[in-house]
Amino acid sequence: MPSVFDPSHPAVLTEGLRKRYGGSNGARVLDGFDLAVAPGTIHGLLGPNGAGKTTAVRILTTLLTADGGHAEVAGYDVARQPAHVRTHIGLAGQHAAVDEFLTGRQNLEMFGRLYHLGARRAQRRTAELLERFGLTEAANRPLRHYSGGMRRRLDLAASLILAPAVLFLDEPTTGLDPHSRNEVWQAVRSLAASGTTVLLTTQYLDEADQLADRISILAPSGPGGGRVIAEGTQADLKARIGTDRIDVIVTTAEQVELAARTVGDVADGAPELDSANRRVSVPVADRVSALAELARRLDDSDVEVDDIAMRRPTLDDAFLSLTGRRVVADENDAGGAGTGRTG
Amino acid sequence: MTVRGLRSRLRSGVGRAGWAVADAWVIGRRYLYHLLRKPDEIASTLVIPVLAVLLFGFVFGEAMGAAMEVPGGDYREFLMPGLFALTMAFGIGNTTIAVVTDASRGVVDRFRSMPIASATLLAGRCVADVLAAVVDLTLLVVMGLLVGWQWHNGPVPFLIGLGLLLLLRVAFTWIGIYLGLLVRSPEAAMKFFSLVFPLAMVADTFVPTELMPSWLAPLAAWNPLSSTVIATRELFGNPSMPGDTWIAQNAMLMAVVWPLLIVAVFATLAVRRYRRLGE
Ligand SMILES: Nc1ncnc2c1ncn2[C@@H]1O[C@H](COP(=O)(O)OP(=O)(O)O)[C@@H](O)[C@H]1O
Ligand SMILES: [Mg+2]
Repeated sequence: MPSVFDPSHPAVLTEGLRKRYGGSNGARVLDGFDLAVAPGTIHGLLGPNGAGKTTAVRILTTLLTADGGHAEVAGYDVARQPAHVRTHIGLAGQHAAVDEFLTGRQNLEMFGRLYHLGARRAQRRTAELLERFGLTEAANRPLRHYSGGMRRRLDLAASLILAPAVLFLDEPTTGLDPHSRNEVWQAVRSLAASGTTVLLTTQYLDEADQLADRISILAPSGPGGGRVIAEGTQADLKARIGTDRIDVIVTTAEQVELAARTVGDVADGAPELDSANRRVSVPVADRVSALAELARRLDDSDVEVDDIAMRRPTLDDAFLSLTGRRVVADENDAGGAGTGRTG
Repeated sequence: MTVRGLRSRLRSGVGRAGWAVADAWVIGRRYLYHLLRKPDEIASTLVIPVLAVLLFGFVFGEAMGAAMEVPGGDYREFLMPGLFALTMAFGIGNTTIAVVTDASRGVVDRFRSMPIASATLLAGRCVADVLAAVVDLTLLVVMGLLVGWQWHNGPVPFLIGLGLLLLLRVAFTWIGIYLGLLVRSPEAAMKFFSLVFPLAMVADTFVPTELMPSWLAPLAAWNPLSSTVIATRELFGNPSMPGDTWIAQNAMLMAVVWPLLIVAVFATLAVRRYRRLGE
């Protein structure tokens, strides 16, 4: 049996994983899902709402059984050795799974006791984790009085009691304000620095960008969904999904064509034309020099420019270049974390 | 801090039973903290019995006692064991709401991703409910004494009677746990209860089954609540009119058999459901 600390063996491995809900007539949620996460790295699983991220995490954390395929965590088969898997993982799900009525300290001590640390060690471990997540001061307050960010950090702390080899974070910042989001990002980074393998799901390209060593992009649900359509480092993926973009908004729809021709060879890839919104979206390699060049050319031309905006590629852009179709973003689900994502 | 050695201990299975008890207690204690933070939960459980004592015991009491020809004539003596059992049954509401809340917030997911036996976690809820029921019963007994109810056969039958009531509570706890894992939201659970609570009333609680219309009587007589009510009336030496059907004559036996049967069925269902939650 492969050891947890074998650096050549993936900490998380899935091959052809399949899952559908509601029997054989249900919709396929995972359909040939492949993933390999090297030990000690942060891996981002990126996909829009409904793509099957949570389903994948639930299978890997033994909460759900797959219909087919193979899944391993820390070298143990998820289907056949769930008890072993459970002693090596931590899970922070989409909803903070902590007790509202207990204090922060009582929460962590309870989970410590359930991991059979014994009273003294549970207390020590609790104190350590509270300190590490900056919650020592709030330790004796019931969680009802915690902010969203504090609750998430406590949730994260609870998933780390046993110093898990592999940590699963399912959309850890969805619904958080930007400040709390930064707090959580900080915590995840320090975790990875201490050698924990992290599998993180997210709907946001920039979150994966900020945190992950490698990223797997999960196809949107529907035909061809339920599988990874691109995998690699940020640099690999940037090359495939286009880098930053400059949007040029012109005054009339008729001018879109002209603008596209004018900026043509500044673009790093084909510009995207959107007459309805009087917009030309130009992928660029080096945003600052491209912006300067673009502005000069537009100035010299007859194009009447309404606005120019620089933006980072969104998940939408990524899917457009990978699958050729647009994904409708779920505004509700994005919550507070969705704001300012395209700036 | 090293936790590696611990993993092998977790796996070894040595003292697994001991850990199961310890785990159930840790979970049980968590729910008892909730009770401390939400004393209104106990209060809400007791609202119905207190109102019932006031209404049936005092307002209608005389008339009912006379109409029913209660032996000894005291309707409140007849009523209290019924209310004890009814309170045990109504506790199912708190159980279900607590379980469905945990399940919908992801707390249950975290527990299920940890190396703890599934039955242990559910048993923890049961432990907490029984302890809460001890508090309920204590308050009800005090209230009973205040309105003139008494036990007449000495301390041992009295304690056995309380034991039967707690056993009934254990049975309803497992029904509640199963329901909590079955429904998707606390609201759905509430809707369900508005249908089920009247069923708990169709028992020997307020009126002896004997005096019910003939179509309702068998339903009430075979209600597990009735067996416990009749058995505790006998143990406490309170007036009772069980009638001469088999089920009423064997109330003492059935007050044990019913709850054990319910636990066997619903604990099995609950554990199975728990393992497959979210499928
Ligand atoms: N328990 C369930 N029963 C039936 N369908 C489900 C269940 N959980 C999720 N789904 C469906 O499976 C699809 C993928 O869901 P999920 O894995 O939660 O996606 P994500 O986490 O990427 O948003 C969605 O269409 C969702 O509606
Ligand atoms: Mg999800």
